Amino acid sequence: MEIVSYIFMIIGGLFYLLGGLGVLRMPDTFDRIQAGTKATTLGAFALLIGIGIANPDWLLKSFLIIIFIALANPIGSSALAKAAYKSCELPKNLVQDDLKELFGGEDNGSN
Amino acid sequence: MKYVATFLVLFTSYVLLAGFHVQELMLGALVSVILTIILAKLVNYTIDYRFPVKLLVFIFAYLPIFTWQLILSNIDVARRVLSPKIPLNPGFVKIKTDLKGDFAKLTLANSITLTPGTLSVDVKGEYLYVHTVDVKGKTPEENREFISAKFEKVLGGIFK
Repeated sequence: MEIVSYIFMIIGGLFYLLGGLGVLRMPDTFDRIQAGTKATTLGAFALLIGIGIANPDWLLKSFLIIIFIALANPIGSSALAKAAYKSCELPKNLVQDDLKELFGGEDNGSN
Repeated sequence: MKYVATFLVLFTSYVLLAGFHVQELMLGALVSVILTIILAKLVNYTIDYRFPVKLLVFIFAYLPIFTWQLILSNIDVARRVLSPKIPLNPGFVKIKTDLKGDFAKLTLANSITLTPGTLSVDVKGEYLYVHTVDVKGKTPEENREFISAKFEKVLGGIFK
């Protein structure tokens, strides 16, 4: 049982490492947010499950923390992306930009 | 009904954090009642008699898809991060959703964020605005096929 929990924790740590690498290597803000969000979400899940297996008293607590992370992490990244779209320069290599109609043009002063 | 829903959420969180002891259950119930009285007017969700069924469908139909997509998306991130030249074709696309209700849209937007190569940026009315690493379609309908169709089917059955 202990070995299984350590395997989960190592997987979680590896995903955190990948997330950090992604934030370093991706070329623009939005891709960095993507890499960071996904890798840290699954990394946190795996770590918490590993901790829950190692110490069964904490299993329910770690599931509760997983629920909170699953709700909060994507919302945070959406807020970051929206703020970045409003305030930063957009990357040059965009293929398509439907968000322009929402905010970004000069005609839209309400945002 | 709103009061019952708020109380259940608060009490469940308390018990999961504190553990199943008689003292903890009593104190948790007391604290939850007080917080319910204070908080209920800020809450805009409710539950009805179909809630347990919906919860079961959510756990057994939606969570496996979600978990699988989350693992796929992490493999996708790993592939992109570790390849020497990062393959990118990014863009912001707009997709239409049939889901009504705030919580349904929140769940859909969160699911989209955690699936491979997509990040939901904003929700306006019945449109979701999504940043994707690899733009595949041109119109909202085509993009919907690639991004959200697999979730909409399941979530549509849960949130009506």
